[in-house]
Amino acid sequence: MPLLSVESQSPWLAELAGAPLPNRREEAWRFTDLALLRDLEPTVLPLADPLDGLPLPKGVSRLGPEEWVSYLDTGLLATGSGAAWPVGLNRAADPEVLALRITGEAAPLQLAWDVGSARGLAPLRVLLVLEPGSSLELLQVVKASGANCTSLITEVVLAKNACLNLGFLALGHEKASLMAHVAANQEPGSTLNCSTATAGWGLVRLEPRVMQRAGAAHTRLRGLQLVDGQQIADTHSFVAFGGAEGELDQVHKVVANGAGRSVFNGAVKVPQAAQQTNASQLSRSLLLSDRARVDTKPELEIVADDVKCAHGATVSRLQENELFYLQSRGIGADQAARLLLRGYCDEVLRDLPAMASAWQPLARLLGEGA
Amino acid sequence: MIRSDAPVLLEISDLCARVEDQPILKGVNLTIRAGEIHAVMGRNGSGKSTLSKVLAGHPAYTVTAGSVLYRGENLLELAPEQRARTGLFLGFQYPVEIPGVNNLEFLRVASNARRAEQGLDELDTFAFEDLVRERIGVVQMDPAFLERGLNEGFSGGEKKRNEILQMALLEPLVAILDETDSGLDIDALRIVAGGVNQLAGPDNATLLVTHYQRLLDLITPDYVHVMAAGRILRTGGKDLALELERDGYDWVDQELARLGAEPAEVG
Repeated sequence: MPLLSVESQSPWLAELAGAPLPNRREEAWRFTDLALLRDLEPTVLPLADPLDGLPLPKGVSRLGPEEWVSYLDTGLLATGSGAAWPVGLNRAADPEVLALRITGEAAPLQLAWDVGSARGLAPLRVLLVLEPGSSLELLQVVKASGANCTSLITEVVLAKNACLNLGFLALGHEKASLMAHVAANQEPGSTLNCSTATAGWGLVRLEPRVMQRAGAAHTRLRGLQLVDGQQIADTHSFVAFGGAEGELDQVHKVVANGAGRSVFNGAVKVPQAAQQTNASQLSRSLLLSDRARVDTKPELEIVADDVKCAHGATVSRLQENELFYLQSRGIGADQAARLLLRGYCDEVLRDLPAMASAWQPLARLLGEGA
Repeated sequence: MIRSDAPVLLEISDLCARVEDQPILKGVNLTIRAGEIHAVMGRNGSGKSTLSKVLAGHPAYTVTAGSVLYRGENLLELAPEQRARTGLFLGFQYPVEIPGVNNLEFLRVASNARRAEQGLDELDTFAFEDLVRERIGVVQMDPAFLERGLNEGFSGGEKKRNEILQMALLEPLVAILDETDSGLDIDALRIVAGGVNQLAGPDNATLLVTHYQRLLDLITPDYVHVMAAGRILRTGGKDLALELERDGYDWVDQELARLGAEPAEVG
């Protein structure tokens, strides 16, 4: 019914974003159905500043608008995210910018938002400026339980020798959608550990995007996405090296159950200037149902000739020999499968910042009644 | 220790099994009583590892004929986990690595599954840690390995020690140790064999599946069985292992050829 689909193009979101919704003829959105967005109620939801009324941890201070204006968008532009539709949507919705400066060895920080069951669009924007040699452990948590869309942009500016351990835990709902960008611009000597875990969302589009401006930085990406029912989770990652001796260590994991659908596209760009780059990317998918679907694609563009770039992708069911090993120790088949699944997820979850344990991520992601 | 009046724990009769379409076991007969240590020896491909996996219930193998009674009951109709809970233990030739599944937690879940079957209380984390620290001495294992993922990054020797630690915790009635000696240096072999000797008693039985005599220098079997082409060709005492060490397996081919000419006598 072509007429209906034209009508359901959600003129509201398209108007707000200043561009029509991406459609599946575009390569980057080929597998991702945005039906949930089209049904979104035309309201922008105000969300409270998660740090309001709280003392800021040691080493963390707010940047005033006159300060952050010179940093804003630099991460997005450096990582080529400026024209992305979810970015345009977020900008158009014009959320308050939570802009933080990190100096020295900062104390751990948590930013948690609960969008709840309200209907509409919840835009969030975070800017982190890590000064030279500073370090921060940051946990971001987003929760939703109704027909809404969370749009989150986290921009990160990592100066020389700065270190950010960023965890992102997103616990959704079958009617909720999440569009999240992490755009990081890394100076030489800096370290970015970015671990993301999502489950429960009707629709997730997650784009971790990293530019090592002049190479010689460390980037470690860990991703875990779980889909069940009719859920869709789509991660498009992008890492580019602007100079020599950069390092990337990326593992992306998927658990696909029910009629869930998972997409992973991992772009890595190693141009001529990025000699002695050492990059590895591994995509591992666990298919727990015949109806679930996994699409995974590495996208390595390597021009430099003196580099180490490894990539691999596996899609499998639970391993029979692992199940049998556990069963042969008296552990029932169901419990053995659960243990293997927990172990599989825990390999990513243990990289989340320590404070994540208070959220019981394993139990919540696996829907074990937490 | 052979006692003719000891209860029969395991009685294997005319057991045949295949993997996919390939018949591997072709009529195995073996009776194991409490207190006994048996060794099954044979060349690669003789079926000895298959025998241990079939007894433990590996899903890749299909039993096509014969029976196995465990304490008088049909073992083959039990799920693998139920076999384990009632006291059958398989020490793996290649224990699998399962990163992310904590070794200590795994040991606790396994022990509690066995305890529940025995009508004993489940052990909580603290009580279980006490038990593990007591039993870990049996295999002289570094407690740091308890905190790792199950067998994750363990060397061959460490994996085998972890197997024997599991045996020490589960206190099986019948322990089948599949090539437990493979990949072990002499020190690790001594420790593992010492553990097995400590755990062997009058009420349980051990079935060692092995390629070499060297394990049997450290664990003295009551019976040695030679397996070839999916059946037990010859049974003897511990001297049979020494004979094999000296003369090799060449006689097996002649024996098989002779049996091939007289198929009616098989089984």
